[in-house]
Amino acid sequence: MTALAIDAVTLAGRGLRLVRRDVDSMITAAVLPVVILLMFTYVFGGALDVGTSYVTYATPGIILLTAGFGAAGTAMAVEQDMSGGMIDRLRSMPVAAGTVLVGHVVASLVKNLLTTAVVFGVAAAIGFRPTAGPLEWLGAVGVLLLFVHAITWSAVLVGVLVRSPDAASGFTFFVMFLPYVSSAFVPVATMPSWMRGFAEHQPVTPVIETVRGLLVGGTPGAPQGDALADGALLAVVWCVGLAVLFAGAATWAFARRR
Amino acid sequence: MNRTQADRGRDVVVQAVGLRKAYGRGRERLPVLDGVDLTLHRGEVLALLGPNGAGKTTTVRILSTLVAPDAGRATVAGFDLVRDAARVRERISLTGQQVAIDLKQTGRENLWMMARLAHLPRRAARARADELLEAFDLTAAAGRQVGTYSGGMRRRLDLAAGLVTRPEVMFLDEPTTGLDPRSRQAMWEVVRDVVAQGTSLFLTTQYLEEADQLADRVALIDGGRVAAEGAPAELKRRVGQVRLELELATTDDAGRVAAALGVPVPEGGADARTVRVATDGTLAGVRELLAGVERTGVAPRRWDLRTPTLDDVFLTLTGHAARTEPRPGTGEPTRHTEEVAA
Repeated sequence: MTALAIDAVTLAGRGLRLVRRDVDSMITAAVLPVVILLMFTYVFGGALDVGTSYVTYATPGIILLTAGFGAAGTAMAVEQDMSGGMIDRLRSMPVAAGTVLVGHVVASLVKNLLTTAVVFGVAAAIGFRPTAGPLEWLGAVGVLLLFVHAITWSAVLVGVLVRSPDAASGFTFFVMFLPYVSSAFVPVATMPSWMRGFAEHQPVTPVIETVRGLLVGGTPGAPQGDALADGALLAVVWCVGLAVLFAGAATWAFARRR
Repeated sequence: MNRTQADRGRDVVVQAVGLRKAYGRGRERLPVLDGVDLTLHRGEVLALLGPNGAGKTTTVRILSTLVAPDAGRATVAGFDLVRDAARVRERISLTGQQVAIDLKQTGRENLWMMARLAHLPRRAARARADELLEAFDLTAAAGRQVGTYSGGMRRRLDLAAGLVTRPEVMFLDEPTTGLDPRSRQAMWEVVRDVVAQGTSLFLTTQYLEEADQLADRVALIDGGRVAAEGAPAELKRRVGQVRLELELATTDDAGRVAAALGVPVPEGGADARTVRVATDGTLAGVRELLAGVERTGVAPRRWDLRTPTLDDVFLTLTGHAARTEPRPGTGEPTRHTEEVAA
């Protein structure tokens, strides 16, 4: 292995151990989305007409929200590294710059796969029935990972920039808010026109539509055929573009902050 | 770049010349280092002694490649800090004021991770981690998460983490600040062991006693400059190991006692009735001083023996109280009341 690979693997291992042992945030990351899922399904769901059972409509959005929420924990982990002594020590060693950030990103991806699986399990238990075949599943997981990857890099950027744990945790609210103004819980057509403009064009909507189209294709509201393909392309472009943007900015800010 | 001249000639491992650094922008720009010159020889322990804000940490951050100086040059382990930072990093270790270990990893995992990041092969990394755990008396706690460790244990582990590669030069920034006396003693023992194995040590501290215990040479840093330098024995000889403090009823009495003991008459202010005089701390020495006081016929209201504070050191060696900011053309020096731990 090259030195760079050793650094990256070692720091990814570190990130995973830290995430695994932070039981509190792990539970929060799974429990909160489950509560939201139950609330939307049983409290609001009855009043919302989405053309299909509400759990079928909302689950893809909830899964996305889980992923985003979990990624936000990365902002706090990075902030902790920056304000503690760890970054100073790593910088005084021949460790490739920025690999510590990569370690956090890898840990976030694994953590979010786990919490997402938990939320999916609960959704299945209360009536979510995906129609996806193996290929669709693969596609949905792939798009979700791309989304988590992009969100995580934005969380890393926040972690590098902020100067307190409180500010880092504030990022969570921003990430939690985005899916509400998308097609996650209600079709965007039901929103006022000014909000619809934002909801239709923000990155979360094409990602949700793609996951919905892949997991529960054929149900009312889920895109199919060309619409699905176009949405998927848009989702991938958004996620990759944002990841490149945020990763670049985070690495740049990391190198500058002293 | 090859080893520099300084290193070729004598066994110099750190050589800093005219280091300058300022933080902030524009009018708020605050100079922190104002031309620091330092030399550390191989196998030596140099203590940079000074109050908070004197520039100790900034000096260490520059010498350990974390920040670049605004001006000045430095070589560490034979390589130029700025041009050859990567090679410097292979030869040093930094243990900062903040503990650089993960509370949610075990002691062994922390050391293993550092050894891997220093690019030791897997098996060697494992062996080195175990060796360090043993040497730092942490074997019993090796499998526990560091969050369960005491403050002293964390510092020891932190120090161990800086030793995975047996560095040529070790930078220790205030290694015992915040530790209780027993943990401090234990830490000193550990540091002495490390030095005995041939590592050159660059230490910063605000404790006179710590510099005395560990250092071969002490550099007093004051307002971003090295104000005085010398062996601890020399320093102590000039400052006095213990001070006799006499509180008199009036300033006149204070003047008379000061004259009789041959020390400067105290200046005005709250301290004007207190006379301080250095002593070797022995019974005979103190008795002689007290006899001198008695001969003046003045009875002190109170007397006390105390170890010198950092202020005493600065007052004696630089003629003024310790300053936190570089000597500006104008402005009063900032006075420090930081106590030196006894």
